[in-house]
Amino acid sequence: MAVEFKKETKDEFETIAARYPVRRAALLPALWLAQREFGWISMDAMRAVAEMVGCSPAQVLETASFYTMYHKEKPGKYHLQVCQTIACLLNGSEEIKKTIEQKLGLKPGGVTPDGQFSYQPVECLAACHNGPCMRVNDEYHENLTPEGVGKLIDELKKKG
Amino acid sequence: MQNVEPQLTKRFGLKDSHKLKVFLESGGYSSLKNLFPKKPAEVIEEVKASGLKGRGGAGFPCGMKWSFVPQNTGKPIYLAVNADEGEPGTFTDNYMLNNDPHLLLEGILCACYAINSHTAYIYVRGEFYEQIRRLNAAIEEAKKANYLGKNIQGSGFDLEVYVHRGAGAYICGEETGLLESLEGKPGKPRIKPPFPAVVGLFGCPTIINNVKTLSSLPWIIANGAAAYAAIGTKESAGTHVFGLSGHVNQTGYWEMPFGLPMMEFINNYGKGVKGGALKAVIPGGSSCPILTAKECEDLTLTYESMRDHKTMFGTGCAILMNEHVDMVKVLKNLTHFYSHESCGQCTPCREGTAWEDRLMKKILDGEATTRELGMMLEIADNMEGKTICVLSAALAMPVRSFIQKFRVDFEKYCKPASVAVPEAVS
Ligand SMILES: Cc1cc2nc3c(=O)[nH]c(=O)nc-3n(C[C@H](O)[C@H](O)[C@H](O)COP(=O)(O)O)c2cc1C
Ligand code: SF4
Ligand code: FES
Repeated sequence: MAVEFKKETKDEFETIAARYPVRRAALLPALWLAQREFGWISMDAMRAVAEMVGCSPAQVLETASFYTMYHKEKPGKYHLQVCQTIACLLNGSEEIKKTIEQKLGLKPGGVTPDGQFSYQPVECLAACHNGPCMRVNDEYHENLTPEGVGKLIDELKKKG
Repeated sequence: MQNVEPQLTKRFGLKDSHKLKVFLESGGYSSLKNLFPKKPAEVIEEVKASGLKGRGGAGFPCGMKWSFVPQNTGKPIYLAVNADEGEPGTFTDNYMLNNDPHLLLEGILCACYAINSHTAYIYVRGEFYEQIRRLNAAIEEAKKANYLGKNIQGSGFDLEVYVHRGAGAYICGEETGLLESLEGKPGKPRIKPPFPAVVGLFGCPTIINNVKTLSSLPWIIANGAAAYAAIGTKESAGTHVFGLSGHVNQTGYWEMPFGLPMMEFINNYGKGVKGGALKAVIPGGSSCPILTAKECEDLTLTYESMRDHKTMFGTGCAILMNEHVDMVKVLKNLTHFYSHESCGQCTPCREGTAWEDRLMKKILDGEATTRELGMMLEIADNMEGKTICVLSAALAMPVRSFIQKFRVDFEKYCKPASVAVPEAVS
């Protein structure tokens, strides 16, 4: 299904594109706009981005697929990104991962059937002194404990 | 240790420290009255004389790097600010951006004036959503108050600063990977030479500097190179924001002059090792060779002491491990990280990081013999000095230092070589 950017988003993009001497340079910002507007970067979204930026869909695919933060599949309403790198590992990230996996019945990269939660172990989030930590959508949660994560998930479930 | 006023973190406790009003009330932009009367070349000399080294990991002298920018190409000159902070164990740029974005902007202004650049891009890792919001707000405030834009404070100097949001790729912290990403492409590092100072962003001369390198500049310009060089040690001038994570009672970050003994840092600031005696320290981000507790006894927080101990200062954020840590699990964590983050252009890196990770799995699963340890070291040797960037070496160094210094840990997992049937690792 073809998707199209809102007029305001296209205008916003033009303001951003003017910051660079080359239009292609605005591809990462364009993909961010696409993710904000469509929720994830589908093939159709990539075509819309290509048209807006003025490059080929293949170029958009090449760039979009290189970066882990662009969702190539629809994520849950709450996207849980747990740091699994060294400093968090030393302070218990394995337990955090296990708690989430058991509580939500998810494997890395999975989404719950109701579309509420998705889960992805990620690499160092630059909050190592407060590990284990994770991001829920764009928000950091630090000094996690298994109990705390369980509670947080319950709260998010209630919030819906 | 010298008693020195904080330069990088002095606003961290202030309410609304990220706003221009608070910044100005606490001495913000006071470097400009020293900056603009100087010629750009004089600013470069001043920064050279200060001894300031790059804080992004490589420790390259800042003023010297600037002096490589050719001023006669007729092309624009760019500054790319490295706020990609992805080195495992490193987290202090995070707080620089959150607490004092205007200090970074003031530093960017000093740097751009020196290298004659009128456009700077701040490349911020995509996860730093709040930091990006604050940076953008700070840029708006600075523009309105004419600390950015045209004819800044009547100096005749123009500067525009833009934020560019990354999207989750460690390799974009490598300076030429960062430039590729700024150009809208996959962040695959470029072959050097040409160096970015000559051919960088959009084919133009470009300087890439870390957040803390740039944030150190206003103090230097305001107080002079001699005052800065007098802080710290001869080879490690100034102050830095040092961090502690892992097995330590008080994790966190502290600004202080270079030169504190590592054990004092751990015991007085970190309140000691958590959960048992100290076993090992990775001194400056996961790419640095690991040190045993014994090696840390006479280690100081300086570039030179790290070099003398055959490791690197790196980012100045140390990861601590206590005696109960299983080094095999920790190294597996790192082989996974680097094989996941390799951009895949160079065979020794793409294959080497993946092989190291597979061998680590085999060892952890109890299916390896000591032969595999030898293989890991051999692969590490083949990963260094043969690739486009140093990500490959950044795994080779931990592999070698972990296995050499903690061999006993690894051997516990290994079957005796004589009884095992050699089998290929696939
Ligand atoms: C794989 C890799 C990742 C890097 N990541 C970062 C980073 O996140 N932040 C940073 O400032 N420098 C990073 N660097 C170092 C940069 O390449 C570069 O040396 C630095 O930004 C230069 O700035 P400075 O001279 O002010 O330190 C990385 C280097 C490599 C090889
Ligand atoms: S060394 Fe690794 S990360 Fe660096 S350019 Fe080569 S493949 Fe990419
Ligand atoms: S290791 Fe988890 S945030 Fe850095």
